[in-house]
Amino acid sequence: MKISLKKPVLAIGPLHPLQEEMEFFQLTVDGEIVTDIDVRIGYNHRGIEKISETLQFDQVPYLISRICGICSASHPLAFVQAVEELAGITPPDRARYVRTIINELERIHSHVLWVGLAGHFIGYDTVFMWAWKYREPILDILEKITGNRNNYGNVKVGGCREDIDDSIIGEMLKELDKIEKKMNMLTKAVLDDPILQARLKGVGILTKQDAIRYAVTGPTARGSGVDIDVRRDDPYAAYGELDWKVITQPEGDVFAKAVVRLLELFESIKIVRQALKKLPGGPIAVEVKQIPAGEATGHTEAPRGETFHYVRSDGGNRPVRHKVRAPSYVNVPSFKASCIGTNISDVTITLAAVDPCYSCTERLAVIGGSKVTYDGKELLRLSRGKTEQLKKQLGFKEGFKFE
Amino acid sequence: MSFWKKFGLKKSPWVFHVNTGACNNCDIEIVDCLTPRFDVERFGVKLVGSPRHADALLVTGGVTAQALPRLQEVYRQAAKPCVVFAIGACACDSGIFMPGYHMAGPVDKVIKEIDPNAIIAYVPGCPPKPEAMISGIVTALKAL
Ligand code: SF4
Repeated sequence: MKISLKKPVLAIGPLHPLQEEMEFFQLTVDGEIVTDIDVRIGYNHRGIEKISETLQFDQVPYLISRICGICSASHPLAFVQAVEELAGITPPDRARYVRTIINELERIHSHVLWVGLAGHFIGYDTVFMWAWKYREPILDILEKITGNRNNYGNVKVGGCREDIDDSIIGEMLKELDKIEKKMNMLTKAVLDDPILQARLKGVGILTKQDAIRYAVTGPTARGSGVDIDVRRDDPYAAYGELDWKVITQPEGDVFAKAVVRLLELFESIKIVRQALKKLPGGPIAVEVKQIPAGEATGHTEAPRGETFHYVRSDGGNRPVRHKVRAPSYVNVPSFKASCIGTNISDVTITLAAVDPCYSCTERLAVIGGSKVTYDGKELLRLSRGKTEQLKKQLGFKEGFKFE
Repeated sequence: MSFWKKFGLKKSPWVFHVNTGACNNCDIEIVDCLTPRFDVERFGVKLVGSPRHADALLVTGGVTAQALPRLQEVYRQAAKPCVVFAIGACACDSGIFMPGYHMAGPVDKVIKEIDPNAIIAYVPGCPPKPEAMISGIVTALKAL
């Protein structure tokens, strides 16, 4: 990319304070309008595919659950499915259900995490704190099942490593009810908020054609009206036997993506509940003797989209080639379609990355003498009044519909 | 270290978070420490946006070749004295990614290249639980 004074370049990264990871966005701007965007990745390259070739089939899932800490159930599952296809192994029923439960719990915690961070990026820290608070019980359940809050390491070739103890199922179902209630509240609070609607609607639109052209996956595609979901299109684990539906939204803006993610939460809760109730008995793993020579692929729907693994074996105990395609790899280039022509401040949410110009929501406590004029209740009343007023001013209709 | 420097370092430590090629898990657990369940902000621990404001660097990840010069630059910019916390197995000794061709060595090696007297504390775990991180930070600050 040429850099000249006429075309100033705005750099976001590589180590930007609000970004969790190292990424580098170069925005070419004309005034406030973005005319071009360049994304550089590779700061986080760790050579995982090469390391994978030095590990045994049993060890690889531990490595690839660390590709991304948030998708640490989907990646190993895709790999394991590829190896199972290669070796012609069918995992036992119970293992399929346990895998489904862990994958869906992961999706719930990942989506809630995203909602929180998105709130943080637009300077709405209340949403951030709420969302992350309600995420904790999910991590507790996962810790109870697998022994770790993240990086579960629960799938292995031929089944699962840890079983779900029948005695904790009742407890989990109860916990799920509680989580659902909180999610309901969070969803309503986010989607009904006139400020959020005004901020997110019509921002960073990715049209359906563009979504197809850039071959985006996951909630990014479903938020643009592309109806794809690996869980339904090529059912794996126990998804084919459960009742749930794919959520799509036609608009393609940031708000639509938020809606898709939030409504998917409820589908995921539904799936986990059904799977827990239907959980069949029996063993959770079959013995695997040998992985024959050959090649195979496996794919799963990670929280961010389709993750795809290719494995080739020469009959030994290690893969000779292991290729990973993670969902963000196809989702990131779509910034070219969604960011160009928009305002700088909109780009940052569209990247769902940073918004350095927005400080966190302000707090106010006016103290006259030693008397507190506004206390918590009073502030709450003022804030609700303001929201009502804004709702009227912007002409929002009452309520966003849920089923 | 003089009494006042130590005092300034130990009370309400402000931290800057550097990801040098982590899997994101250690990072979300760090953010987790700031959110309601653990809420370390009530003890004055605050995540700041610039290393120049920081008393401590929370480094995650095993330092990839691309991250090496950037981590060193961040360390140079941080106000001294400053404590470097290597958070997670990756940061402590490159962890599971040790054999990778793109890894430039664990955090302590990289930091000691430019400052042999750097104070480095280790919080192992993959990822360390938020409780472990908080306990690690408290233990290290007490030992200063
Ligand atoms: S220590 Fe574990 S959780 Fe932390 S970054 Fe490394 S692989 Fe991820």
